[in-house]
Amino acid sequence: MAFLHGASSTHSGPKSGLKSRSITPYLLLAPGLIWLVTFFIIPILSLASTSTMVRPEGAQVGTYVQELRFQNYVDAFVSNQDQYLRSFVYAGIATLLALAIAYPLAYMIAFKSGKYRNILLVLVVAPFFTSFLLRTIAWTQILGDEGPVISTLKLIPFVDDSIRLTATPFAVVSGLTYNFLPFMTLPLYASLERIDPRTLEAAGDLYANGFTTFRKVTVPLSMPGVVAGTLLTFIPAAGDYVNAALLGNPSTKMIGNVIESRFFAVVDYPTAAALSFTLMATILILVTLYIRKSGTDELV
Amino acid sequence: MPSLNHRAARWFSRNLIRIYAGLAFIYLFIPVAYTFAFSFNDAGKSNLVWQGFTLDNWKNPCGAPQVCQAVANSLQIGILSTTIATVLGTMIAFALGRHKFRGRTSTNLLIFLPMATPEVVLGASLLAMFLNLRINPGFWTIVISHVMFCISFVVVTVKARIASLDPRLEQAAMDLYANERETFRYVTLPLVMPGIAGAALLAFSLSFDDFIITNFNSGVVSTFPKFVYVSAARGIPAQANVIGSAMFFIALIIVIVGQVVSRQRKKS
Amino acid sequence: MANSKVSQDTGDLRLNRISKYYGDFCAVDDLSLTIPDGSFFALLGPSGCGKTTTLRMIAGLEEPSQGTISIGETDITTQKPYQRNVNTVFQNYALFPHLTIFENISFGLRRRGIKDVKAEVENALNLVELGHLAERKPGQLSGGQQQRIAVARAIVNRPEVLLLDEPLGALDLKLRRQMQIELKRIQMEVGITFIHVTHDQEEAMTMADTIAVMNQGKIEQMGSATDLYESPKTAFVANFLGQCNLIKAKVQSRAAGKAVVTAKGLTFEVPLSRVSTDSDSVLLGVRPEKLRLDDKGVNSIKECVVTDRSFVGTSTQYLVRTPWDLELVVFEQNDEGLHDLRVGDKVSLEWDPEHTFALDGAQDVNAGADLDDE
Repeated sequence: MAFLHGASSTHSGPKSGLKSRSITPYLLLAPGLIWLVTFFIIPILSLASTSTMVRPEGAQVGTYVQELRFQNYVDAFVSNQDQYLRSFVYAGIATLLALAIAYPLAYMIAFKSGKYRNILLVLVVAPFFTSFLLRTIAWTQILGDEGPVISTLKLIPFVDDSIRLTATPFAVVSGLTYNFLPFMTLPLYASLERIDPRTLEAAGDLYANGFTTFRKVTVPLSMPGVVAGTLLTFIPAAGDYVNAALLGNPSTKMIGNVIESRFFAVVDYPTAAALSFTLMATILILVTLYIRKSGTDELV
Repeated sequence: MPSLNHRAARWFSRNLIRIYAGLAFIYLFIPVAYTFAFSFNDAGKSNLVWQGFTLDNWKNPCGAPQVCQAVANSLQIGILSTTIATVLGTMIAFALGRHKFRGRTSTNLLIFLPMATPEVVLGASLLAMFLNLRINPGFWTIVISHVMFCISFVVVTVKARIASLDPRLEQAAMDLYANERETFRYVTLPLVMPGIAGAALLAFSLSFDDFIITNFNSGVVSTFPKFVYVSAARGIPAQANVIGSAMFFIALIIVIVGQVVSRQRKKS
Repeated sequence: MANSKVSQDTGDLRLNRISKYYGDFCAVDDLSLTIPDGSFFALLGPSGCGKTTTLRMIAGLEEPSQGTISIGETDITTQKPYQRNVNTVFQNYALFPHLTIFENISFGLRRRGIKDVKAEVENALNLVELGHLAERKPGQLSGGQQQRIAVARAIVNRPEVLLLDEPLGALDLKLRRQMQIELKRIQMEVGITFIHVTHDQEEAMTMADTIAVMNQGKIEQMGSATDLYESPKTAFVANFLGQCNLIKAKVQSRAAGKAVVTAKGLTFEVPLSRVSTDSDSVLLGVRPEKLRLDDKGVNSIKECVVTDRSFVGTSTQYLVRTPWDLELVVFEQNDEGLHDLRVGDKVSLEWDPEHTFALDGAQDVNAGADLDDE
């Protein structure tokens, strides 16, 4: 089987390495793409279809009839506005915090790590070899009422004795920030690493001090990384429910929690489906606006 | 002669970023350290409060019921999904990186979409489809779902590696009497292999650690993350900490060995 | 794989009306060429002239849009690279980074099914004097060493034709000079047809028996270095090889083996054999080293002024302005009879008719001059 016709180019001069008029690429693409269509596209479409269904009066739980009831979307949105808003707010804050923490970290690894660079990169990723659930639960215990943080805080005189950190929005956002940190750090690092240090030297030669160089040269050049990292953090964070479930309380529920409960607790598939699509649509809109504004083509 | 304070201030401002990074690293490792520490807790069923140091958990990691079953499931699922996803994803990557065909933009979009979709939606939609088809979620639905979301990551990783491959190497091979098949076998594949290996590792870790999509599509089958989540309420057995810490060290060793090997390869 | 798949062709390499189009862009335009078996041939030209494309078509890495390529009696136009008895030394060497030097060199032999490769590989390594590097990897070698290994890897297969795509471009000057001599020696020892693509005219003139100067997909002129240098047929060739002074002139008469031309009121003689056009409007050419700082010659220009002077060791290079404000380049050998002029000095120029050539006047005087030498 010839995987590699492409290398001897039969046309296309400047960008060689690609061959046309062959059935090989289609054979290579078929299995994977069929898998994706079957187990991604079709389910999504099926979910779309479910979102407009209705459970007929008196029918068994879990049976639905297609009635093209687009009102489902409105109903779902209206009764879950708070959770929607909260999801995007939490995800947004978490993204900003992650950026604040990750940027200096990535900067340091890219420019100031010398021969330790590879070790440091491994160390950034290493914590994520431990199951993220274990880590999140570790936070519940570390921030928990019996845990070291509360105990230390209680030693401070003016701190209220009934202070708690778990089951608070603070804990949820912290969890989100923590869990998505490598998704922010690695793209930032990749972008910063590509900057030729001589560009920065040139800026200095042209009378820019350290901070101005950073502001006018480094930051703009690292924008592709910032965009990639932000998207890779925000998108999954907005749809997360584990952090809210473990570190939050009923009043910190995010939209992911609602969707999950509509599948397992209160069986209401159409609502869950409608919520899912509204979530996806919102994310897509925000992402498109964001990309348009920061003007990056290549994400992947 | 600058004063001590002055010199300290200068040192501080120059190394500010290193200090900051150090703090960030500490922050990253706190839960890991905590998990590791509590794997030695002599805790019985509820591993919430420190009760005493013991090596028993490490000696008997399967002591708590269902821990090892969950891990075994996760490993099996991981290996299966990784294998399938790596093969399918690598094929797609080669098609994208070395062939011209129509529908390239659509293909890229199809690869990108799962990575941009929230896991809740991926999991929920797949479950909905399974239920519609009257398929009971279980072991194989988990595998199917894992392959689905891993393919994209494999494609991206391998594609990047292929792109960095100088096409003139393959041209040189053909110039030296290797036909297409031999060129692939002796030149292309060996050079792309590190990318494929990296993609496989990535896929395995995504699969092993996945919770949300798995939770939707597993029915009663237990995986390690699912086990941890479910036992969170009543207390996670210390053996789970043992497993988590062990995974951490194993993965760390694999990565370090990989780095050392590739550095050796470059030298010799 | 069996030996039999490589065609057993031998003989002269013939390109017949080869063209290559990339969309609307014509990289090679109706090119025909015969390269005698066993010669050292250079394809010389500026970047973008189509020489590399031509080379790749001979190798089989590009397919001609039109025309045929044959070695001896065998038409190889549609043959894949691995079916041709042709090997290439790539510009960036293209050594396989994951294989040792030994494995790199034996690669072609193994693909042709030859089992016992040790002797052949050792021979090839000795030919390039790098026998001690057999077990290293390409990443551990210097540029010059990699280049020689690339040559060894190609030659070990005893191809009918060896193609070299600007192989010395990445080397520093001294190493390049060394390698030029090396390659020439190897070619004479092995007797294979070498086709060397380069933009460096000195390199081509040093190494090749025959040079073809290419410009914009076509061959401007082909011949030995001496032919091309002393008797260029186009302004491009005149300017591209070394430096050249070109003066616009009109032919007054052609008789008795010589042509009389006038320019700016002055009269010059050119042997008819050195006039390469029938047109009456010509470019009169003379090389800087043929100009003498005197006024007694058959061809001379009086009352010029020195406008620049550079001493470069072997010679002094002057820029001299004629009374009609044309600047001519003059090289005076650092020898007896040195004039040692300064800027502003008045001087006369003279040269022999045998050193003049006349080209078609319709050409661009600056064609081929001052092209970027990457």
